[in-house]
Amino acid sequence: MAKESFIEIIDLYKTFYSKDQDIEVLKNINIQIRKGDIFGVIGFSGAGKSTLVRCINRLEEPDKGYVRIGDQVITELSKKDLRIARRKIGMIFQSFNLFESKTVSENIAFPMQHIGYSKKEINEKVSRLLEIVNLSDKKNSYPGQLSGGQKQRVGIARALANDPDVLLCDEATSALDPQTTLSVLELLKDVNKKLGLTIIFISHEIDAIRYVCNHVAVIEEGTILEQGGVKEVFLHPKTSTSELFMKISNQMQENAWVEEGEGI
Amino acid sequence: MTFRNHTLWEVLQSAFSVPIWEKVVPAIWETLYMVVLSTIFTFIIGLLLGLVLVLTSKEGLHPVVWFNRLLGAIVNCLRSLPSMIMIIIMLPLARLILGKGYGANACIIALIASCVPMYGRLVENSLLEIQKGKIEAAKAMGIGSARILFTIMVPETLPSLIRSSTVAVVAVISMTALAGSFGAGGLGDIAVRFGFNRFQWDILIATVFVLVIMVQFVQLIGDLIAKLILKKRHLL
Repeated sequence: MAKESFIEIIDLYKTFYSKDQDIEVLKNINIQIRKGDIFGVIGFSGAGKSTLVRCINRLEEPDKGYVRIGDQVITELSKKDLRIARRKIGMIFQSFNLFESKTVSENIAFPMQHIGYSKKEINEKVSRLLEIVNLSDKKNSYPGQLSGGQKQRVGIARALANDPDVLLCDEATSALDPQTTLSVLELLKDVNKKLGLTIIFISHEIDAIRYVCNHVAVIEEGTILEQGGVKEVFLHPKTSTSELFMKISNQMQENAWVEEGEGI
Repeated sequence: MTFRNHTLWEVLQSAFSVPIWEKVVPAIWETLYMVVLSTIFTFIIGLLLGLVLVLTSKEGLHPVVWFNRLLGAIVNCLRSLPSMIMIIIMLPLARLILGKGYGANACIIALIASCVPMYGRLVENSLLEIQKGKIEAAKAMGIGSARILFTIMVPETLPSLIRSSTVAVVAVISMTALAGSFGAGGLGDIAVRFGFNRFQWDILIATVFVLVIMVQFVQLIGDLIAKLILKKRHLL
């Protein structure tokens, strides 16, 4: 019953070649994600999590392996078919990557242009997306006028423009303050529920992962140490890295108490 | 009028007198004619050159490494020629094209040939200023290379492109003055014929004055447009 999983990654390998040394960034990655899941990938810096997510839409070309989304085997697509497939794979970034020469509406409309939508359809879609991300009053603003959280909301709206099946989040909240992070996470949960969108959420922040994901994979040095339900992985960690993440999370909360008590 | 038998004040007065400007004004028109035409062609060809350099580079949207290296080498060769030598080399070519190896139009061809490689590199540098993430975001949306180039890279780096263009226009102006001494006419021509050969300092001062005003004006306009764009985007 392979089709039960919506996204399937089998035996994925990626090496970065350079003059001095070759770095094996991803080794033997196997992941299954069900439709409608919010799947977290957590790891420290340099663990390979960003490369992993970028291999899913082939922004990074994997050396070996198989990636399937729905009925489409992404790793076997020609360049032209890949471009069409990418319309159904939304992506948001740590640095937002909005187009500063375009207004908020123009940013959101951009992925829909020149692929057969009428102007009217695009305008209606943009208004609806602006409502979803709660930025209707900013439609004619430029990204330069927005705060970080607002920028990421525009990023999300833009990623949702072509009704994707999957949303890839590459450190989407890592550049935001805690309060804004929370509101962006709420928004992601919201679109996941309302649109039935499958989300892959890459982060090094354990609290963000715990808050938003229902499944998680822990990645270190390019291999997946363990994966499963979020509770299961973090409450009964099988590896030291997962345990470490939990410890870090708890310690931060504990230290916060200690400091408050000893503040005087 | 020279400094040998006139005071500085007298020379300055003469530099802004009617008989001098009767010579200078037609030269201004000749210079403007050459500058405007050279600039238009330099912009068109140079912009294309810059776009191709960026597009085909190893990290570019459509890498063709051997072609990029070849083109880069040609550009570097052309750029290493001093502009005076470039003009001398290009004049026979102008004769082939126009049937005349002297005059304003012949020099325009020489000016274009010597400004295009420089402007191409400037355009390349401006386009490379774009944050890579923006291109990645567009790729992740399934946007094709041509659209990324023209609807993302060019508009996103527009203020920088305009600044580069300003530098190019200023270079064209100074090179036009140089071309003047090769029979192109214009301000360079009268500066050499009267100012240098006949020690007429008043004419020299008048031409320098006009050139300074021209360059200042171009720089001012360029800076203003770049600033207005940045202001509109709230990036300033």
